[in-house]
Amino acid sequence: MAVLVIAEHDNAALSDATHKTVSAAAKFGGDIDILVAGEGAGSVAEAAAGIDGIRKVLHADDPALKKQLAEAMEALIVPLMDGYDAVFAAASTSGKNIMPRIAAQLDVMQLSDITGLEGTDTFERPIYAGNAIMTVTSSDPKKVVTVRTTSFDAAGEGGSASIETLEASAAAAKSEFVSENIVESDRPDLTAAKRVVSGGRALGSDEDFEKYMIPLADKLGAAIGASRAAVDAGYAPNDYQVGQTGKIVAPELYIAIGISGAIQHLAGMKDSKIIVAINKDEEAPIFQVADYGLVADLFNAVPELTEAL
Amino acid sequence: MKVLVPVKRVIDYNVKVRVKPDQSGVDLANVKMSMNPFDEIAVEEAVRMKEAGTAEEIVAVSIGPQQAQETLRTALAMGADRGILVKTDETVEPLAVAKILKNVVEAEGPDLVILGKQAIDDDSNQTGQMLASLLGWPQGTFASGVKTEGEKLHVTREVDGGLQTVALEGPAIVTTDLRLNEPRYASLPNIMKAKKKPIDTREPDEFDIDIAPRLSVVKVTEPPQREAGELVEDVPTLVSKLKTEGAI
Repeated sequence: MAVLVIAEHDNAALSDATHKTVSAAAKFGGDIDILVAGEGAGSVAEAAAGIDGIRKVLHADDPALKKQLAEAMEALIVPLMDGYDAVFAAASTSGKNIMPRIAAQLDVMQLSDITGLEGTDTFERPIYAGNAIMTVTSSDPKKVVTVRTTSFDAAGEGGSASIETLEASAAAAKSEFVSENIVESDRPDLTAAKRVVSGGRALGSDEDFEKYMIPLADKLGAAIGASRAAVDAGYAPNDYQVGQTGKIVAPELYIAIGISGAIQHLAGMKDSKIIVAINKDEEAPIFQVADYGLVADLFNAVPELTEAL
Repeated sequence: MKVLVPVKRVIDYNVKVRVKPDQSGVDLANVKMSMNPFDEIAVEEAVRMKEAGTAEEIVAVSIGPQQAQETLRTALAMGADRGILVKTDETVEPLAVAKILKNVVEAEGPDLVILGKQAIDDDSNQTGQMLASLLGWPQGTFASGVKTEGEKLHVTREVDGGLQTVALEGPAIVTTDLRLNEPRYASLPNIMKAKKKPIDTREPDEFDIDIAPRLSVVKVTEPPQREAGELVEDVPTLVSKLKTEGAI
């Protein structure tokens, strides 16, 4: 039995999400290979080979794979699946984009965003924004799985798997990359950060979002998140959004500032170890999940907190 | 351009979901149902394309029980021209939905299929991508912007690091994210007019495809509940609590 794990990376660095996906694949069982598809991603392939418990790394390097667009990834991965019983990827925007195409070609039902698995055909996944947990068994011969990475520990380092170069197939693509607006940041990645400070609509403007959130995040070495309301209002960019349809986070410390706590937001952060809520509305639902709640005006409390740290 | 918009009838997003005591699923009896919010955004985008003159006809399609007709009426009231109901009382998984939609697409010949990136009931986020793959079409998923540039469709996508724009050679699939637009409320005259718009009812049996579920539900349970903690008096108390916990 063998599992193929699709590496999550930006051609320069391997994301920790890959290590967590490997852990999920290890629970499935069998040999684990990692596919690194990209352009100039040799260092990523080497990093993948260093993950503990990997049989080999398949490295496909081609300009057509640089942005890992779904059509090109489908053309690369589907033929490989003859040699595998399952393919796993992180439930990132990349994994979500690519994997259903693989499942459709293999004529199997994908298991999306799994939080647990038992053996090779029983999977657990949240539905209804995490308000219910569904356990399903799959009768399909091959499994296509995306993994909620916050539910799995990262696989360790110390492996020395071999790296095999794959010839990338240059299929005629009907989609091409045009441009991107990716924020460069020295902050930890939101989904992997140990501490997250998240701001809501109560911050009132993008200026105040920056003015109050950044110093606090800097003091804590935290990633910055936001509620959907804050993103919709333009106070924070889309990639900050935590929630059912945004990012799922589970840091050791989550500080929600001026966030009321709609169920869609709670779906994205309620597995955090310690939750702190600062909100001036004592009826705000966020207090029902917070370990520590402070009913206060954030414009006073946040600077005071930043100062005290 | 002809646009096909698949829409799903789901539990209303404001309803607090209850798990059935026998763990067989979620209680849907006497619960308010609405159009999946992401599909509303898809309908809105199609209607805006029609208003801008880039789309000529909008066909809404829903797969589900007879009541899914109400969801189609909502789409028609927003501005879709006609509806197709593929009627079934069985569970249809995303793969089966994609197969049915492939047949509908082949019969209708749209230039664009635009649909929600995920349904808020099963949160699968699969159907659009599966349909694209089955048709051999390009896809622009999680769209926050869609515009035509010459012969191509430029789709701006919400990705983990920020935004990405891809150019698609049509026909193509677009799945919508939250910030693509803000859907309109249908006006009363449009709701009345929608009652006269045609809805064609089909049965899955008409298509020669296997739509039997591949997954079987073992159980549906409540998630572990988080206990509410304590309210602290002031910032110094908060800081000292967090220090005691070793959180800072």
